[in-house]
Amino acid sequence: MALTLCKRITVLVLTIVCLVLLTHNASHAEYGDVVMNKYSDDSGIRPVVFPHWFHRVRFRCKVCHADLGFKFKAGGNDINMLKIIDGEYCGACHNGDIAWSVENCDLCHSGKPKTPTQVHESTLQKLIRPAGAPK
Amino acid sequence: MVRSKFFVSLISSLGIIALSVAWMPVPDAAAADPNTFNRLMKPPSKRNPPPTQDGIHDPGSIGTQGLQTPREAFKPLPPAQSGNYVDWVKAFDAKKIQPRFDSKDPKAKPVIMDLTIVRQVKGSMPDVIFPHKQHTEWLDCSNCHPVPFVPQKGANQMSMASIMLGESCGVCHGKVAFPVADCRRCHTETKGKATKTSAKAAAKPAKSKKK
Repeated sequence: MALTLCKRITVLVLTIVCLVLLTHNASHAEYGDVVMNKYSDDSGIRPVVFPHWFHRVRFRCKVCHADLGFKFKAGGNDINMLKIIDGEYCGACHNGDIAWSVENCDLCHSGKPKTPTQVHESTLQKLIRPAGAPK
Repeated sequence: MVRSKFFVSLISSLGIIALSVAWMPVPDAAAADPNTFNRLMKPPSKRNPPPTQDGIHDPGSIGTQGLQTPREAFKPLPPAQSGNYVDWVKAFDAKKIQPRFDSKDPKAKPVIMDLTIVRQVKGSMPDVIFPHKQHTEWLDCSNCHPVPFVPQKGANQMSMASIMLGESCGVCHGKVAFPVADCRRCHTETKGKATKTSAKAAAKPAKSKKK
């Protein structure tokens, strides 16, 4: 009797742990967060998460999308660390002058490994994968 | 013997459950109850989650733990019903945020174009009023012209379907700017008024002023 109970509890616990793991992995990213993973996974570093919300508090769209040449497309910009340290793309501000410099790798490269390049919470993402669908 | 084994497993099970609950502060109602309300909607408690819980940041990274949480940043800003749940235009107009127009010069000001375009739409929806003013506060002319919008009356065909797929207005609206589900923020003009307003708009073309 007691053993059966033990088994039942074990199964229950495993189920709960699985559920927690599954639901915990579901993405509830902030609207406009862009994951950039063109080269990161292959280079053995976490992908970059770019928070639009943080940047639009401080800069107008035009600064990055007109002056710095960022195209309006996730994955549409060929960005690498050499260009950044030479002052292109993110490096135009992340140079230790306007914003913190490139030695803080983990602040940008903070994404979950294997997360594909995409704009999170976009209408397009929701249409293809409606809210509630396994992600 | 059997009983003590049972108690050990019971206590460890309870421990694991407690840990799981503590780790996952907001239990997923949809997973627990199939007949819950708003099964496909994100509950308010899951809006603007901290980076450590948003599912795309690696919670194990030191960097993630150092990032600002959206909730903290959005607290002083006017709320909205969708997107970041922040009314960015209101926040900007009320000077709650003062985003720079130039990366180096905090005093640089844009040239604002105060011209509204009325787009007559098919179906029963009110016509669309496009305000250049709010768009030129944030953007450069070259961001929209000549791609994706040819600067010529009647030259731009668009549909809600193409917008939702990320074309024309959908390049920003539905990704970063307020989403397309906020219908009435664009579809504001009652049918019939449109001819009058466009005539008025045409009478004072491209009024630009230094702000």
